[in-house]
Amino acid sequence: MTSTALRRGLAPEADRSNALHPGAWWIWALGLGTAASRTTNPLLLALLIGVAGYVVVARRTEAPWARSYGAFVKLGLAVIGIRLVFAVFLGSPIPGTHTVVSLPEVPLPEWAQGVRVGGRVTAEGLVFALYDGMKLATLLICVGAANALANPARLLKSLPGALYEAGVAVVVALTFAPHLIADVQRLRAARRLRGRPDRGLRGLLQVGLPVLEGALERSVALAAAMDARGYGRTAQVPAAVRRTTAVLTLGGLIGVCAGTYGLLTAEGATYGLPVLLAGLVAALAGLWLGGRRSVRTRYRPDAWGVRAWLVAGSGVVVAAALIVSGSYDPAALRPGVVPLSAPRLPLLPAAAVLLGLLPALVAPVPASAAPVPAPVVPGPAPAAPVAAPAAPVAAPAVHVPVPPASAEAAGAAPPASAGTTGSAPPEPSPAPRSHLPKEPS
Amino acid sequence: MIRFEDVSVTYDGASAPTVRGVELTVPEGELVLVVGPSGVGKSTLLGAVSGLVPHFTGGTLRGSVTVAGRDTRTHKPRELADVVGTVGQDPLSHFVTDTVEDELAYGMESLGLPPEVMRRRVEETLDLLGLADLRDRPIATLSGGQQQRVAIGSVLTPHPQVLVLDEPTSALDPAAAEEVLSVLQRLVHDLGTTVLMAEHRLERVVQYADQVLLLAEPGAAPVLGTPAEMMAVSPVYPPVVDLGRLAGWSPLPLTVRDARRQAGGLRERLAGPGPDPSRGRADRAHDRRDRAYDRVDRAHDRVDRAHHRVDGAQGRVDAAPSRPTPPPRPGSDTRQDRPWLTRWRPWRRKRDVADVTDVPDAPGLPAPDAEPVAVVEGLGARRGRVQALRHVDFSTVPGETVALMGRNGAGKSTLLSTLVGLVAPTSGSVRVGGAVPHRAGPRELVRRVGLVPQEPRDLLYADTVGAECAAADGDAGAAPGTCRALVSELLPGIADDTHPRDLSEGQRLALALAVVLTARPPLLLLDEPTRGLDYAAKARLVSVLRGLAAEGHAVVLATHDVELAAELADRVVILADGEIVADGPTAEVVVASPSFAPQVTKVLAPERWLTVSQVREALA
Repeated sequence: MTSTALRRGLAPEADRSNALHPGAWWIWALGLGTAASRTTNPLLLALLIGVAGYVVVARRTEAPWARSYGAFVKLGLAVIGIRLVFAVFLGSPIPGTHTVVSLPEVPLPEWAQGVRVGGRVTAEGLVFALYDGMKLATLLICVGAANALANPARLLKSLPGALYEAGVAVVVALTFAPHLIADVQRLRAARRLRGRPDRGLRGLLQVGLPVLEGALERSVALAAAMDARGYGRTAQVPAAVRRTTAVLTLGGLIGVCAGTYGLLTAEGATYGLPVLLAGLVAALAGLWLGGRRSVRTRYRPDAWGVRAWLVAGSGVVVAAALIVSGSYDPAALRPGVVPLSAPRLPLLPAAAVLLGLLPALVAPVPASAAPVPAPVVPGPAPAAPVAAPAAPVAAPAVHVPVPPASAEAAGAAPPASAGTTGSAPPEPSPAPRSHLPKEPS
Repeated sequence: MIRFEDVSVTYDGASAPTVRGVELTVPEGELVLVVGPSGVGKSTLLGAVSGLVPHFTGGTLRGSVTVAGRDTRTHKPRELADVVGTVGQDPLSHFVTDTVEDELAYGMESLGLPPEVMRRRVEETLDLLGLADLRDRPIATLSGGQQQRVAIGSVLTPHPQVLVLDEPTSALDPAAAEEVLSVLQRLVHDLGTTVLMAEHRLERVVQYADQVLLLAEPGAAPVLGTPAEMMAVSPVYPPVVDLGRLAGWSPLPLTVRDARRQAGGLRERLAGPGPDPSRGRADRAHDRRDRAYDRVDRAHDRVDRAHHRVDGAQGRVDAAPSRPTPPPRPGSDTRQDRPWLTRWRPWRRKRDVADVTDVPDAPGLPAPDAEPVAVVEGLGARRGRVQALRHVDFSTVPGETVALMGRNGAGKSTLLSTLVGLVAPTSGSVRVGGAVPHRAGPRELVRRVGLVPQEPRDLLYADTVGAECAAADGDAGAAPGTCRALVSELLPGIADDTHPRDLSEGQRLALALAVVLTARPPLLLLDEPTRGLDYAAKARLVSVLRGLAAEGHAVVLATHDVELAAELADRVVILADGEIVADGPTAEVVVASPSFAPQVTKVLAPERWLTVSQVREALA
């Protein structure tokens, strides 16, 4: 009950009319990513991962792209793993005194002086590699969060009119990839029906041709359908306008090229900038005029409202805060590894990072998806998402509604995996969830 | 509204025109059904209306096609988009966007309608097609019937004067098909839309047609006339017309209702001992029954054990009353709008008894064989996050033909997939010929069970029929030439160097069937085998499958085609929401259901006749 009340308290249920502009999600996520690129403090990075993970869990939909978040988290873990493996086997430039293990060093010839294979593995080197890997992983997870939260098709709809057709082509390509994967899976499975092994690389190669044939056929069918539905209809534009468009666009592009060349060469510095600017203006004018050829209108475009400002703003603030504190207190954001010391959590930047949780309060709540007919197994509840962003991915239910209060309570509250849907079994206890360490039943 | 003037279409590389001498005028507000066997050019004719033929497909169109005053020679498909709406055979390849609402708006966006008009029309269309609850849903998550309605809706929003549909109901279950057809009828009646539609399953659509355009054979000029006139001469006709022709009724009935009014005499003539529903299959059944007598004791033991199982299961259920019942899927309230499904549920418990103890006096009921080819007990399976099957008990014996029926998404395909090990069960057990399918190696498995998938093309990799056969022999470890011999038997007159892609739907199905049969699996599974087949191809399939059952193959087919089930199956199993809700002899199960009863049963009720061929034999 508390969870529902809190979820609805600040944010309405999402529908078409109040949908958050996908650009806002991207700005928020890139803000977090920028913040992550400014620090190697593992505590701050973990906090960033937690913030991104929590918002994803609280606000993602059931759409296919929303599932990509798990893949990004796995990719992040793989990056950390690879970074550590490299640090172990190829050594690390970090001087260190705490030897963890000494691997036999491979003797390399004279000309490979700078490279080392094997040898001493120091704790300092490992810790440095871990911090470094975490930074990259956090960046990836932030991009994954944007991917999971923003609808790619709607994002492309925000393109200017002249590029709209190209945008549709990209949307079609986006929906095409999942079809292709489904085809590969289906055909590989079908190999089993022929008595051939359905696993392994050979199986994949053998279905390649049929899959491509099928994809081609589907493209042709789709192209026919799109043509029959008016894709590519153009308005009658006076010939003069058409010619002007062509001249402006071409001339503008040539101007941009010439201007860039001028800027880069020594003797062209005088004319470079004006030509570049003139070319840019001409090209933009051409694009705008070109838009008049397109007769398209837009159905319910996403509006950039107050909530979008708040979401995008929270990301920008997080990025700005870490950039600023990076210049004031570089030591806190980049804790040294020589000598080894436990990293401290700088309070002000940490508080700023927590601002990134704002979307979880203000962004519209996705309508509870179709109830999943799978039996709800309140098994061992996953750790609170602040501590481990990967946990919700592994959990059986995708919507793990956590009251924001409990999340901030230092990860003490395990979210029950059943909660939002009206059909879920009644809660065993009326007590607030955050006081139950492990829910029975 | 639509005018063809001496139209003929020749595709590039074809020696003769696909259609020729088309001369017709379709007035506004008519529903015209295009009828004919496969390959007579129905799709070409439909494509010519939307301008896709020849602008998109290539080829040469002679004569002229005019739609709402626009000549397709001078107007490209996109310039006809505001007067013609086209929905192809596969709704999935029609969708440009990913959600229902965007899809409905897409066509209007292309035409540049003002935003407020788009908004109003989307809302109207959502209501007209009953899609309001699905407006925000991703299209990929919809059922087949819902997708078909979205596809129709997406071409309706620009308010076209003409709607062109190619096989709109072929992939749908009977209920979903009726849903789509009632929408079409509403459009014709309320909005005056002209509808041009091609469909193989005439029993579903012929009663809705105002006129029928008959393409009797390739290259012949099409004839337009009233449905009754055309059905009297058509080479393809639904069972009710077949019955009417047999009984010599005039005027020829097109609907079950018309036929029932005239059927009094026939019912009297057929009254008496009643039909033997297994006529033609009787010998086989007798053989099996004799064998069964020897084993009946053992079978009784099995029944006892089964009862224990049922009791045990009951106990489990009672012991766990708090297990949350899974909520019904949205858009398909099972038990509320289909009360008859609930009524059937007691069947389930009785089945084990009925199967065995009724053997001596249940004609046509397949006798239990002590060694069933497949046994499924307490099976549960998932597809992604959806529980596709739960607590399914099912078994089949050699020589038996079982039809699995139920709406789209009921779990039919999943059950077939678990039998070939494509889907691993989450609970319960599956055994096919003693092996556990999802653990068995593919080579071992093909000798026990074969599946012809919904899209037979998935099974075919090679680029000639000959290479395909050679590969099949190798895969199955059969003597070289085995597959080729089967192909010659099922598909006479197909050259070795034909590309599988150039075969018709029916021929491709036969090739896939031959490939699967090369390994001689005792259990043969077919998923939706009659999709896209005309009546002739279907009849050939029926005789092939009957032959296989007579040789001792167990055949299990998942199908929406009630006429096929009536024609072929000894037993019908109906699935709903992943559970078996009815299981019994075809005659009993289909007669009890308004959706799954074949036309002949509906006409001759309360007598229990299933097919025209039964009636024909009884009268002979």
